[in-house]
Amino acid sequence: MSIINDPRVVEFNIRTDEMLINMGPQHPSTHGVLRLVLRTDGEVVLGAAPHIGYLHRCAEKIGENLAPRQWVPYTDRMDYLASMNMNLGWALVVEKLLQLEVPEKGRHLRVLVAELNRIASHLVAMGTYGLDLGSFTPFLYAFREREKILDLFEQVCGARLTYSYIVPGGVTGDLPQGWLQNCAQFLQELEPVVDDYHALLTSNAIFIKRTAGVGVLPGEMAVNYGCTGPVLRGSGIDQDLRRDGEPWYTSLYDGYQFAVIVQKEGHYPQDHDYPAVPAEAVLGDCWHRFYVRMLEVVQSMDIVRQALDKYAAAAGDCGTPIKLNHKLPPGEAYLETEAPKGQMGFYLVTDGSAIPWRVRARSSCFANVSVTSELCRGCLLADVPAIVGSLDIVLGEIDR
Amino acid sequence: MVADATLVDRLRHRFGDHIVSAELETIDPWVEVAPEGLVDICRYLRDEPGLQYDMLNCISGVDYLHTDPKKAAQAAWQPHLVVVYHLSSTITRQRLVLKVTTSRWRQDVAGELPEVPSVSGVWRGADWHEREVYDLMGVRFTGHPDLRRILCPEDWIGHPLRKDYQPPEYYHGIRDH
Amino acid sequence: MAEFLVHTLSLPAPLAYLLAALIHCGFILGLVAAGAVVFIWAERKVSGRIQDRLGPTRTGGKFGWLQSPADGIKVLAKEDLIPRAADRLLFRAAPYVSFSSSFTAYLALPFADGWVAFDTNVAVFFILAVLGLEVFGVILAGYASGSKWSLFGAMREAAQVVSYEVPLGICVVIPVLLTGTMNLTTIANMQAGWCSNWLIFHDPFTFAVFWIYATCALASVNRAPFDLAEAESELVAGFMTEYSGMRWSLFFMAEYSSMLLVSCLAVILFFGGWHGPIPVFDWLGWAYPGGASSWQLTGFLANLAGCVNFITKAVIGVTVMLWIRWTLPRLRIDQVMTMCLKYCVPLAAICFIGALWWQVAGWWSPNHWLPLRPDGPGGMRETWVVAPEAACGEVARRLPWADSAPPHGAARRTLPGCGLAGPPAGWRTGSPAAARGGVQ
Repeated sequence: MSIINDPRVVEFNIRTDEMLINMGPQHPSTHGVLRLVLRTDGEVVLGAAPHIGYLHRCAEKIGENLAPRQWVPYTDRMDYLASMNMNLGWALVVEKLLQLEVPEKGRHLRVLVAELNRIASHLVAMGTYGLDLGSFTPFLYAFREREKILDLFEQVCGARLTYSYIVPGGVTGDLPQGWLQNCAQFLQELEPVVDDYHALLTSNAIFIKRTAGVGVLPGEMAVNYGCTGPVLRGSGIDQDLRRDGEPWYTSLYDGYQFAVIVQKEGHYPQDHDYPAVPAEAVLGDCWHRFYVRMLEVVQSMDIVRQALDKYAAAAGDCGTPIKLNHKLPPGEAYLETEAPKGQMGFYLVTDGSAIPWRVRARSSCFANVSVTSELCRGCLLADVPAIVGSLDIVLGEIDR
Repeated sequence: MVADATLVDRLRHRFGDHIVSAELETIDPWVEVAPEGLVDICRYLRDEPGLQYDMLNCISGVDYLHTDPKKAAQAAWQPHLVVVYHLSSTITRQRLVLKVTTSRWRQDVAGELPEVPSVSGVWRGADWHEREVYDLMGVRFTGHPDLRRILCPEDWIGHPLRKDYQPPEYYHGIRDH
Repeated sequence: MAEFLVHTLSLPAPLAYLLAALIHCGFILGLVAAGAVVFIWAERKVSGRIQDRLGPTRTGGKFGWLQSPADGIKVLAKEDLIPRAADRLLFRAAPYVSFSSSFTAYLALPFADGWVAFDTNVAVFFILAVLGLEVFGVILAGYASGSKWSLFGAMREAAQVVSYEVPLGICVVIPVLLTGTMNLTTIANMQAGWCSNWLIFHDPFTFAVFWIYATCALASVNRAPFDLAEAESELVAGFMTEYSGMRWSLFFMAEYSSMLLVSCLAVILFFGGWHGPIPVFDWLGWAYPGGASSWQLTGFLANLAGCVNFITKAVIGVTVMLWIRWTLPRLRIDQVMTMCLKYCVPLAAICFIGALWWQVAGWWSPNHWLPLRPDGPGGMRETWVVAPEAACGEVARRLPWADSAPPHGAARRTLPGCGLAGPPAGWRTGSPAAARGGVQ
């Protein structure tokens, strides 16, 4: 059956005055191999259908043949911009199944690297978003700061992108000497630069014109579609798993002071130093999602500072990773963690041997990208990269 | 916080036989539900004040089949498929796990996919999750608006995550291994 | 030059004209190509510095001078790809249409007094008209590529360039109005002297008009924030997507030469052309009447310096364009059109009326402070190169005091009382007689 005759697809019954445009999978602004089929009437998009699966690497099937410790690198390559958070999610769910608690020092270390990776991930999101909209310079500024984070991570575990650092049971190695000072210095360097980003993007008139009122995602729709993370908080829904999640995860953040970045009564927490919400911005539009990420960077910097102190003050070791042949008790466990792009969940079913029975990764961007077809309806062609960029997707995570 | 006895009683009281069983003593307690009542139960869970499970986090398929005959003989269960629904509420901050058990082939005719009603009318997010379970595990969701493969190519044959899946030797002339 | 060839080398007239034309074209082509090469290098260096990195640093020593020629060589060696769905003839022709229109406009652009390939009294009109032809190349490229993305880019560009020609035209008409001529050499010479003579300082409306002109010029050469025809992040490369190798580099050169052209036009119309902020050459006594300067070494040198001055100002304009591109995000097509139709056109029209009113009412302007005036009651004027009474050619002869003008070659010396005598009557102070007298 020809695709044009299938009523379920966006290409159905296309008229001669409409255009069918294929955006991707190779495209400069789709953040990976995403294929968007757009049906347009000139510049106005009448329908959009995202097609994924170009980066499917069968990670879940492979997980049925490897021990949990061996499967950690596969989680790295899901959201490769936030590998620490992916590792953390997997390590926590395995430990939840085993009911294995990591010592206090290890917990603080995990928070430290996870939040640093959140900063790095949001920097990429911000930089590439500017690039999508035609502003080339913030991209390089963001990567300049991200280079410093990557250097820090390289000192910790030897890798710049896919760390495999947080493993079930602990971490692969403790921090090197002098790393805490390096990290503190990096935070000092990052703070004034955030103002530059705001000046170049957040309060730039052209940026506001391109993002305010574009791609408005109502809060209820976001929840119904399963959107999570900055996409959900940008629509005004107050949910952050670091505060609201399962005790097995929120205990990691016990004793940390941080605010959930969501708009309440027209204000964001701790936004007094940063540009105010412009009049044209509607809650749930691209600007709000972008702004949430910017404020989360500052928030994460604060958490990292606290973690540095807590780690230095804690005694003991950081936990021992479990062995490869460690028998997993039969049962199942599901745990979601607050990754930079949303709620990343892992579902683990075991049958008593050292190899899991079923491994399932619930990707945060999977639900976020499914909303694209609704958001892109009725917008202009130039808004499509703005919307897709504001959802901040990584195809590695969506396709696994 | 999670499913407990009061919730199970409430559901049993309302839906009777559709609540097949409940396992409350595990790390993540679950409630097993019959396929026929799935949509009504989900709608109730979403809309009932005090429950308000407004977010569907994940739908997973788990294939219980031992390909090794010795292990199959020792197993406590017969081969079956389970579709697992993880729900949560942004309002009450609670979580719930639902399971639906179905046979691996519809009426045990090999090649005919088992059917489970679709909950995409209750949570729009189920749309893509169900497409993925259909694609990788081979469960047909009745009432789904657009049940097509999502991760594998449209013309792929077979359902890869099944335990007895054999990958094809050639795909469009490209040799697999 | 043709007459020179006929007289000196005894060539037959048609051959002499042909040779002269070829020499002129050769110079301009050289300038355009060199300009493109330099600007590509400059863009990469400037953008690098803005983005906290260095830009090319390896080819050609520490500053990467040879990067552009190296890219040119690479581009020449590339495979000449024509997509199967492309219309072959139009696909091949499109870059040449763009490039030739951009290059042709330089023919009417004067670089110094008398240094113009095609000295015409409708130079402004000619340049605007020919610049507008560039969009044909883009549309051809977009259509002929056989790709929907290219078509999109071409359609956007067509809409944008054609729309922005309206406010661009209005902005350009205002200096024409103030000086009473479309001859670019004359317009520039009318701004001789101190920088207060520059037309941009004539009245607040003209000052505003310059900024509107700058916006419209950016839009008509498709530079950010108006570069949605070649928007990398949406359309891969817009209308240029299917082009590679030499054809692509022709488009690129066309873009850079257009940038330089609108910058040069702005310099002539608003910033005094080759006349500097300070009339140095008049102090040196190297100012000569128009036409005569070429045959005196000092005049030639002064002209050369004027040309360098002119190019420097144009290059500053292009550098600002580069700067803006790397700072601002891109506007959407409907926002671009809104900007044109709702903001630029009404503002330009209001400024037009304002400048007209200012001229007619004869209000004071900074141009009156140190005005350029032929030798007559009130003393002499500083000029850059050319004697005042011959500065405007025929125009000056029609002015009221033309009869009392000093003989040729007599331009020099003191400042006229620095404007303490109040607004003097001169052909640029807005007296209706002078304005009427000045109109061609």
